[in-house]
Amino acid sequence: MKHTLSVLVENKPGVLARIAGLFSRRGFNIDSLAVGVTEDPNVSRMTITLDQQEHPIEQVTKQLHKLINVIKITDLDPERTVSRELALMKVSTDPKSRGEVMQIAEIFRANILDVGKKSLTVEITGTTAKIEAFEQLLRPHGLLEIVRTGRIAIERGEK
Amino acid sequence: MKGSEVIIESLKAAGVDVVFGLPGGMVIPLYDAIYDSDLKHFLVRHEQGAAHMADGYARATGKTGVCIATSGPGATNLVTGIANAYMDSTPMVAITGQARTDLIGTDAFQEADITGITEPIVKHSYLIKSAKDIPRVFKEAFYIASTGRPGPVLIDIPSDIQLADIEYKPAGRIDLPGYKPTVKGHKKQIKSAARAVAAAERPVLYAGGGIIAAGAEKELLALAKLMKIPVTTTLMGLGCFPEDNDLSLGMLGMHGTGYANYAVTHSDLLIGVGARFDDRVTGKLATFAKNARKIHIDMDPAEISKNVPIDIPIVGDARDVLAGILAELKTMKRDPKKTAPWLDQVIAWKKKHPLHYKDLKGSIMPQYVIEEINRITRSDAIICTDVGQHQMWSALFYTHTKPRHFISSGGLGTMGFGFPASIGAKVGRPRQTVIDVAGDGSFQMNIQELATAVCYDIPVIVCILNNGFLGMVRQWQELFWNKRYSETVISCQPDFAGVADAYGALGITITDKKDVGEAIRTAIKARKPAVLDFHVKQEENVFPMVPAGQSIDEMIGGHKT
Ligand SMILES: Cc1ncc(C[n+]2csc(CCOP(=O)(O)OP(=O)(O)O)c2C)c(N)n1
Ligand SMILES: [Mg+2]
Repeated sequence: MKHTLSVLVENKPGVLARIAGLFSRRGFNIDSLAVGVTEDPNVSRMTITLDQQEHPIEQVTKQLHKLINVIKITDLDPERTVSRELALMKVSTDPKSRGEVMQIAEIFRANILDVGKKSLTVEITGTTAKIEAFEQLLRPHGLLEIVRTGRIAIERGEK
Repeated sequence: MKGSEVIIESLKAAGVDVVFGLPGGMVIPLYDAIYDSDLKHFLVRHEQGAAHMADGYARATGKTGVCIATSGPGATNLVTGIANAYMDSTPMVAITGQARTDLIGTDAFQEADITGITEPIVKHSYLIKSAKDIPRVFKEAFYIASTGRPGPVLIDIPSDIQLADIEYKPAGRIDLPGYKPTVKGHKKQIKSAARAVAAAERPVLYAGGGIIAAGAEKELLALAKLMKIPVTTTLMGLGCFPEDNDLSLGMLGMHGTGYANYAVTHSDLLIGVGARFDDRVTGKLATFAKNARKIHIDMDPAEISKNVPIDIPIVGDARDVLAGILAELKTMKRDPKKTAPWLDQVIAWKKKHPLHYKDLKGSIMPQYVIEEINRITRSDAIICTDVGQHQMWSALFYTHTKPRHFISSGGLGTMGFGFPASIGAKVGRPRQTVIDVAGDGSFQMNIQELATAVCYDIPVIVCILNNGFLGMVRQWQELFWNKRYSETVISCQPDFAGVADAYGALGITITDKKDVGEAIRTAIKARKPAVLDFHVKQEENVFPMVPAGQSIDEMIGGHKT
């Protein structure tokens, strides 16, 4: 199962390097990592997804906690979180297939960002599952390039 | 005030009076400030020596050790010493010079990314980019190094920061939102631990360096005595429980005593305190104390259940938690006679499998040298060691009775640690006899610090167990590699006594057993740095021994029951 860790860290130089270093030397594989500043400019949030089968999540969080710049770690409960990811995909199209691709995009509520002679660039936001489903449908047309942000997540409710 | 002077003020504010180091281009401003200060600075001959001296000083005194090096090669020379301190949780602050802030990242002369290089081996590190941060960074660094699970903290300071002119304002309150070590153990966990202790019939206390870091030796002894629990210690824990007490099992693990390893294997309750279930202790994990419930008390939550699943985990300071368990036990119905049959069993194991060696005629046995040191110093010296067979013999054949009296590189196993560490220990505890038991291989890795010892008149006694081999590796080759001694014969050995003499230290070569005690006494009386070169039996092995990856009750040279 995929785990999403929401990690609050001090917004200081070197913090990302420390976290990345910790993951690599302890043999933890990161599936995705997204970093951005929070409502408090001194604090950044890292959203890290990893595979729980591969790594005992408890060791990961305990080791993370030992980093002085890590303030708080939440292992997000998928039932109680909303998560999103953004992807940009460039699909090869010809005049014949363009319509079909645009139709798929519409169903997924993806935006067309750029139309070229031989390609179309779309932007899609959603859960990882949705993005992967979209990708599967576009693949037969020839996916030229994908850029994904990695998952970000937030807990439901006021808290 | 100059940045460099602010550094001195900050060191003073942290209570530092002793530092070990060697200058270079990027710390000239700092050394210029040291020139006018009251700090006692010890000039080393190699920065690795400075790091190990700071480490030895810290272990002997409990204070935070400080070392200084210049940028680039000076800083990289500290790396082994920092890694060593990290693995053994020594409180240490390492200060390095760095290229000017405007040159960082340009491959400037003697620029090395030392915060990057040391990232995996420090508890924390700082690269100071503004001189006004100096007081805060130093205050935080000493706080982080010495609290919680101690460890090394590195402070990298560009030369222009040392030169900057600022107003000195002492650091305010520490604000580290991500650093709040748990000191007090969880009440409910302490209660259930006490209940488990009271119910156990075959309990064993397994104590590590965390006892010494926490100053919990009194509580450990009280608990062992109250409930009549035998105690085994790790290499790092030696001295935290007096080995002249009947309840002592000595060291456990790969080169542990037979009785310690049997007791752990057959225990029904294993109480780990300030120890980390390291592979050199546990051997094969699947069979390690397999019928025992396990309590683990440790400062570092990440150690709990890392290697061995734990039934009752307690995060906290060993002293606080043990005191809590004791207090609980005192309110409970308990029967200290419950462990009587178990203690009888332990005595039987001790009788049947004592530590032993064959005393060969015409040879100086290395174990005998340790026994003589033990006798002559009345088990009261600070013993430092290098790494190898001599280290294990020092662990096994010396009677360790006091904390902070055995200083050895456990986690990293750093050859070359012992001698500089002994210098640091002697600086910190000048009235104590300090002996470095060295290997003929290891000693040559930091032999240059003889100059430091002589120069500052630091009378440590180096006892080389000279076996002409990288002995521990040779032992593995003998036992597991068909006696193929690939590159473990150390030929071309220097005359160590001659080397000592050339440096201005006392040097004695001992080739006859009857001269062993006399040489040790002469060195103690000489009150100057001394090197005793004991030509010991060459192909002697450390026994018992658990082959790597085996169950700890399957020892070579200790009979299985
Ligand atoms: C810096 C370093 N290099 C290599 C080793 C591997 N090693 C472990 S013990 C040992 C032999 C040490 O020889 P010596 O100091 O003569 O001690 P002895 O075992 O002979 O008592 C070696 C090479 C090490 N621990 N540290
Ligand atoms: Mg040797």
